[in-house]
Amino acid sequence: MPDDVVRFCFDVDGDDFSSAGAASVEVKKRLRQLGISPEVIRRVAIAMYEGEINMVIHADGGKALVEVTPDEVRMTLEDHGPGIADVELAMQEGYSTARENIRSLGFGAGMGLPNMKKYTDTMHIDTEVGRGTTVVMTVKI
Amino acid sequence: MKIREISEKLCADIVCGEDQLDCEVFTACSSDMMSDVLAFVKDQAVLLTGLVNPQVIRTAEMMDMRCIVFVRKKVPTEEMKCLAEEAGIVLMKTQMRMFEACGILYEAGLKGHVEDGVCDA
Repeated sequence: MPDDVVRFCFDVDGDDFSSAGAASVEVKKRLRQLGISPEVIRRVAIAMYEGEINMVIHADGGKALVEVTPDEVRMTLEDHGPGIADVELAMQEGYSTARENIRSLGFGAGMGLPNMKKYTDTMHIDTEVGRGTTVVMTVKI
Repeated sequence: MKIREISEKLCADIVCGEDQLDCEVFTACSSDMMSDVLAFVKDQAVLLTGLVNPQVIRTAEMMDMRCIVFVRKKVPTEEMKCLAEEAGIVLMKTQMRMFEACGILYEAGLKGHVEDGVCDA
């Protein structure tokens, strides 16, 4: 039901690594205001944060849509980056294509996508090389 | 253990969050890789790290942590301090190295809760 859905939209800035995660911080605040349980909020926040970092590292930013229904929190992260050539490989823990400068910032350990899957109930990746990637994740409330 | 005791044992200077030094914490973790903190950490209240950038604060915030200890004489930036103040996270800095700082806190009773059998550095 449209009336039962609360939506938040965010632009994720791809130019500035230091601002990455700002949308996730905001989502966390808003979910708290909605009275969502701390455990659900943490799972959403971590998955969203990893997704946000990925968009900044790999895709020059993108858009994030968070929808809260009575049953679940649904995150849709859409970018127009290079796409993922081999999703199965990208899902392997430790596999990373991040540059060395990203590793020096504490990321790029190849845990992003596996982590997003781990903290959510469902995750679907729609990607095409040269076109971009959309990741849809849900966490049950 | 109170956060105040952590600062005393590590001879650490408080950067921000003075009003929260009486908060009790029971577990800690240490890593310079925020990816690993996000992947393997659960319910730790204290993060020890030698990494200095705003993502350290955001990572701690996502994990609901209460305190970050910067080791090896690392100094958090003003931007990090502002983010930590907004998130209600105590920042402190010590001259100690990671291993030494972890050992002292572990010996003093602070434990590391390990998930999936994997531990941090």
